[in-house]
Amino acid sequence: MTTPALEVAHLSKRFGGLPATKDVSLSVAPGERRLIIGPNGAGKTTLFNLITGDLSADAGSVRLFGRELIGMPTQRRVHLGLARTYQILTLFPRERLVHNVVLSLLGLDRRRWNPWAILTASRDLYANARAFLERVGLGEAAERIVAETSYGERRRLELAMALAQKPKLLLLDEPLAGLSQPERQTVRGLLDAIPREVTIVMIEHDMDTALAFAERITVLHYGEVIVEGTRAEVVADPRTREVYLGD
Amino acid sequence: MQWQFWIIQTLNSVAFGGLLFLLSSGFSLIFGLMRIPNLAHGAFFMLGAYFGFTLLQLKLQFWLAALVGGLGVGLIGIVMERFVLRRLAGNEQGQVLVTLGVSFIIADICLLVWSGDPMPLPAPQALRPPLRFAGFAFPTYRLVVLAIALAAALALYLLMERTRLGAMIRAGVDDTEMARGVGIPVSRLFTTVFLLGATLAGVGGVLGGPILNAYPGLDTDMLPLALIVVILGGAGSLLGAFVGSFIVGFIYNFGIALVPDLAYFVLFLPMVLVLVFLPQGLFGRVQI
Amino acid sequence: MTRRAAAALALCSLALLAVPWVIGNEFYVNMASQVLIYALFALSINMLLGYGGMVSLGHAAYLGIAGYACILATTAGYDQLTAAVFAVALSTAAAAFFGVLSLRAPGLGFIMITLALGQIVWGVAYRANDLTGGDNGIRHPARPMPLGFDIRDATSFYYFTLVVFLVALFFIWRFGRSPFGASLKGARDQPRRMRMLGHNVWLVRWITFVMAGFWASVAGVLYVYYNLFLSPHAISLQQSAEILLMAILGGASTLSGPIVGAAIITLVKNVVSTYVERWNTLLGVIFVVVIVFMPYGLVPGCAQAWQRLRNRIKSRKAVSPAASEPAQ
Repeated sequence: MTTPALEVAHLSKRFGGLPATKDVSLSVAPGERRLIIGPNGAGKTTLFNLITGDLSADAGSVRLFGRELIGMPTQRRVHLGLARTYQILTLFPRERLVHNVVLSLLGLDRRRWNPWAILTASRDLYANARAFLERVGLGEAAERIVAETSYGERRRLELAMALAQKPKLLLLDEPLAGLSQPERQTVRGLLDAIPREVTIVMIEHDMDTALAFAERITVLHYGEVIVEGTRAEVVADPRTREVYLGD
Repeated sequence: MQWQFWIIQTLNSVAFGGLLFLLSSGFSLIFGLMRIPNLAHGAFFMLGAYFGFTLLQLKLQFWLAALVGGLGVGLIGIVMERFVLRRLAGNEQGQVLVTLGVSFIIADICLLVWSGDPMPLPAPQALRPPLRFAGFAFPTYRLVVLAIALAAALALYLLMERTRLGAMIRAGVDDTEMARGVGIPVSRLFTTVFLLGATLAGVGGVLGGPILNAYPGLDTDMLPLALIVVILGGAGSLLGAFVGSFIVGFIYNFGIALVPDLAYFVLFLPMVLVLVFLPQGLFGRVQI
Repeated sequence: MTRRAAAALALCSLALLAVPWVIGNEFYVNMASQVLIYALFALSINMLLGYGGMVSLGHAAYLGIAGYACILATTAGYDQLTAAVFAVALSTAAAAFFGVLSLRAPGLGFIMITLALGQIVWGVAYRANDLTGGDNGIRHPARPMPLGFDIRDATSFYYFTLVVFLVALFFIWRFGRSPFGASLKGARDQPRRMRMLGHNVWLVRWITFVMAGFWASVAGVLYVYYNLFLSPHAISLQQSAEILLMAILGGASTLSGPIVGAAIITLVKNVVSTYVERWNTLLGVIFVVVIVFMPYGLVPGCAQAWQRLRNRIKSRKAVSPAASEPAQ
């Protein structure tokens, strides 16, 4: 029985009187491709926020390859191999694409504490950053300012930044949101190309693309896990349809 | 003999606490709703004191002077909100700095109009003789100031909890975007709250006149106290402003009386403790 | 560094070195020293404001703590170097402590807490008559003789200040270009994202706060050497606000902005105050006008205007038949 990449046990979070996450438990195996779906307001992003530490849980535990994350500040979780993309793009719009990826690389590099060296002199960082941009098809755009790129390009930049962290567990929050059909195919291709060393948990609404990608699916509704299982099981389960078509 | 000293100091403290409440309740409301720490609030207080001085010179009745002076400051507040702050909507940092700039202008104009000498405000004649009870003398005016502050606290509480305006304010404090979404006229609410806050500060200034005098520097003396009250009591919380005002009033007053050289330092300690253990303050509702 | 930037730097250095020789007048040489001291002070606050996005309204406290410590240590009999080192060390330690308190509530809370702390330091200086002379202030016995040089006259003091300023400028310049600086600027723009990339945002901000306090302390020692006197006014909210205005006026996002701002404010203050009594009102009005109409400051504003002018000239050249340059 290998250690799960991610093990969430009885995780709960209330906002005032509103329970956003109710006793959620799930287990993701290393290398797995897990999809989290559910209607709007089901608590999917809240769950991600609890895993990353952007929100503090009221109760429960979150283990990353056996390490308990509750109580640990976000940046330490990142150092243990966690990475995440956001539903609403959070990039550095006034900086060049390559700088965005460099910031990502710096997060895990001791050089980030150096107040004296000139950053642009660290050629290896920049070369590395350009390599990651190449991987997502943005090699040509490396010197462009983010504000001057298209939405699709920004989504791919976000992915490049996450991949640059060489994560063990990658949380993708609606990576296909707002993309055109061809762009979705491109990103889907990039996701497929991610090696099995990286475990992926993805929130998505685009059923066509996401369903094909997922191996196991967890369905959330009103903060609770309603259905969980392989793709075939979840698709066939009547409760899944209920969740989406209303009670 | 000792008893008399403690009584006087205690009454001074609660009266000062009352004044602080009038000052910081407005500050806390404005900050809670509009997310702007109004750094001109100390200047509003001082301006109120100066307005009061002139109105009393013109032989206006004391309580009327307090009201008129307060409203005068309130009007200045509205002007600042509508013509300067609104232009910077979305730029929170800019809004804070602009209130600082305005505070400089107000302070300097006060210096120009009323000169640099401290101006004592005469307390109403009827309240000057001390109240004698159980063999002790109680400073009457200070008792009345305390009573007014308590009444104001009650009135504000009723406003916030029992009126539509209060409900709208509380909704705005909790979630401004949401409030706008459900049709609350947020712009007008901002102006109203600013008017209320500035008026409270102005009234506090007039009422404080007989105790503190009106002098240049009153603004920079009072502003940090208001800040400490809000830091201690928690931003956006009326109860926090109430409790915090009296705590600060006591510490500051007894500090000045017992260790005048280190009065500010004595204030420091509780603020540090609260910041370390309770960064949201004792009753904080708004994450600052 | 680009060749244009290096040329500009060389030119400015030459200009700075030539100041006393060009301006013969002692009054203006002294003002130049003042500008350098305030420029250093403004640069230090800009590490927080421009690079870090943090508005500190209590920064004058570090100038004050260092200044008072230097005077007290010197009058207590310690030699000049020990006094200066002690002053800077004590003030930086205070910055370390205050930084922890101030960063408990980032954003608007930071502004309020730094203001409260700054006012408390001012209040202590104002009331502790025995220690600080209260409102009357205290005197520094005499200018020191660093490495045996006599800096009592205006020109020598100017060169001494210039050396310290250039050293500080060099450090702060590299700070802005360093990985740490990039981390700080990233935290200014997207703190949540930075945490999610592995950066310890709190620690980065705190270290910056301490460094900014350090350079403000150095400015404090220079201030006391220059004036040979210190009173609570130097730690007042007004002083903190003026320094902030210098950074904002010149342009908080640039290195030269605070220097330009310091020069303008100092010159205006010295010249204007002979004609206009209401300096504070003017300061307040400038504050409001700059923030409402010129939020990015003069240096970026002028650079933009210059760029637009150059673009217009270039496109006009392209329209004329004899042109060989393509339009921008």
